[in-house]
Amino acid sequence: MLRFLLVKLAQLVPTFIGVTIVAFAFIRLLPGDPILLMAGERGISAERYAQLQSQFGFDRPLIVQYWDFLSGLFRGDLGNSLVTHSPVIHEFMSRFPATMELSIFALAFAVIIGLPAGVIAAIRRGKTLDHTIVGISLTGYSMPIFWWGLLLIMLFSGTLGWTPVSGRMSFIYFIQPVTGFMTIDSLIAGDWGAFLSALHHLILPAIVLGTIPLAVIARQTRSSMLEVLGEDYVRTARAKGLSSYRVIMVHTLRNALISVITVIGLQVGLLLAGAILTETIFSWPGIGKWMIDAISRRDYPSVQGGLVLIAFIVMIVNLLVDVAYGVVNPRIRH
Amino acid sequence: MSQVISSKGSSAAAPGTFRYQLKSFWSDFSASRGALFGLIFIAFVLLVALLAPWVAPHDPAMQDRAALLVPPVWHAEGSWNYILGTDAVGRDILSRLIFGARYSLSISAMVVVISMCGGIFLGLLAGYFRGWVETVITRVMDVVLAFPSLLLALGLVAILSPGLTSAMIAIAMVQLPYFVRLTRAAVIGEKNREYVTASRLAGAGHMRLMFNTLLPNCMAPLIVQATLSFSTAILDIAALGFLGMGVQPPTPEWGAMLANAREFMTSAYWAVTFPGLVILLTVLMINLMGDGLRDALDPKMKRS
Repeated sequence: MLRFLLVKLAQLVPTFIGVTIVAFAFIRLLPGDPILLMAGERGISAERYAQLQSQFGFDRPLIVQYWDFLSGLFRGDLGNSLVTHSPVIHEFMSRFPATMELSIFALAFAVIIGLPAGVIAAIRRGKTLDHTIVGISLTGYSMPIFWWGLLLIMLFSGTLGWTPVSGRMSFIYFIQPVTGFMTIDSLIAGDWGAFLSALHHLILPAIVLGTIPLAVIARQTRSSMLEVLGEDYVRTARAKGLSSYRVIMVHTLRNALISVITVIGLQVGLLLAGAILTETIFSWPGIGKWMIDAISRRDYPSVQGGLVLIAFIVMIVNLLVDVAYGVVNPRIRH
Repeated sequence: MSQVISSKGSSAAAPGTFRYQLKSFWSDFSASRGALFGLIFIAFVLLVALLAPWVAPHDPAMQDRAALLVPPVWHAEGSWNYILGTDAVGRDILSRLIFGARYSLSISAMVVVISMCGGIFLGLLAGYFRGWVETVITRVMDVVLAFPSLLLALGLVAILSPGLTSAMIAIAMVQLPYFVRLTRAAVIGEKNREYVTASRLAGAGHMRLMFNTLLPNCMAPLIVQATLSFSTAILDIAALGFLGMGVQPPTPEWGAMLANAREFMTSAYWAVTFPGLVILLTVLMINLMGDGLRDALDPKMKRS
């Protein structure tokens, strides 16, 4: 197992270097003089120009610049935002819990509904219920989630007035941030009103972000359930006279879950991409919205830092998924 | 993945002729009602897009100052002049949707062509030559895959400056690794089979082996991936348009139409509802068609 882990880690090294090169090249690939570009139409004083040039080290050889970038990365130094002048890493870290909280709720929504839906569709194969579930999941899979979000806002926030339109919590509450998760922080503070308000604000964004993962999980659960249901050992279990509940729950589902777990893990990249759209629609103060703002404000150091940090997160999660897969399916390890 | 190709190859080889193959493919494909429906729908959208100047009731850029935010025809205030209503500056939504189909379909088609050609070329190189060529290509693709697709596309658009061409290049770039991976896996599976060896002994060079011998036998999964990429490209183009990073206004692109309509969401639901509905239906129908293609080309192939 340790060897498996080390091999997987070693395989990550070239990708890691590649990601850093992409992020490094990002600012330098901007057409024209990057500093004038960042300054925008307002122009820039000669003094500030020189200051920025030395800040980015554009006056030194490329390889030295890359080395500085890399060593800065290991110290957690990703430069400063051009808009707020605070370190990019702080900007990222202060917004990351919001995205994480949203993603966890979205994934929970997707798994809690998608998994049983897939199992039911497989058991009822060919029946109306199966066709309905397959149809709904194909629709969810094809959904432009930015439109889906607007529709839900129009219905639940506009017409019905049930849910808030934006933000993470009603402004009448103030909760001291501890974990950055509004739901957990409000529980730590023992403020039930704030907790409910946080949940209330989470419902719509989590549904929107969870829609595509839900469809993918339901499809995958159904197809791997069908695959396992055709295996000899399932037939043996049935022939032994086990109840069909036991055959499905113990013999089939547990084996079908192996491939479903992998698919669930792979949703993380999708969640982060979806977070960009979801956070924009719901004005959710997470890294997705932050990246969009950074791009439109030409805050290139923030975009660069965001790119590299998000890629790291995706890489680490994929590694964890690989390891989890190795744990549940020992054949992979060898 | 490799079995997929081999089973296809063997079933195709049996009764011979191309016409027979086409016929058996069509009977498998049309066995799925969903796939057939998807095909008809897409053909219809394509036709409407091609004939846009003749079928659209109005000029998509024409602003009728006397008809701002007119509701669709089934409302009391609606009129047959603007069947699906008008937007905030008095442009006909139906006409804009019809012209928008041109942008969505043609950009997405270009995306698929670019990423498929590039992906096939790199995948063939990687699978055929193996060694360091393969290592370099797969590692670079791993790097591309490490970024969430929309984020990478946004980053590329930021470098290239927002617009139609940069959105197209960015999304093609993001789709590339999938084609590379599929082609590589298929080539590795096929490379050591007898017909390839026979062709090599007959004196075929590298280029001939790669493009004439191997490639035709690796096409099945690539065709299915192409439909999947096509629907993803439509969604991504619309997402970029929605974020203001894709096709720029006043071009009638579906995603950009949604972005413009957003602020009138509560007062004019039609301006938001129809562009999104068109995106959803188009993507859904292409996916239905893709499912049918997959089942017809090989039942073992799964799309997760």
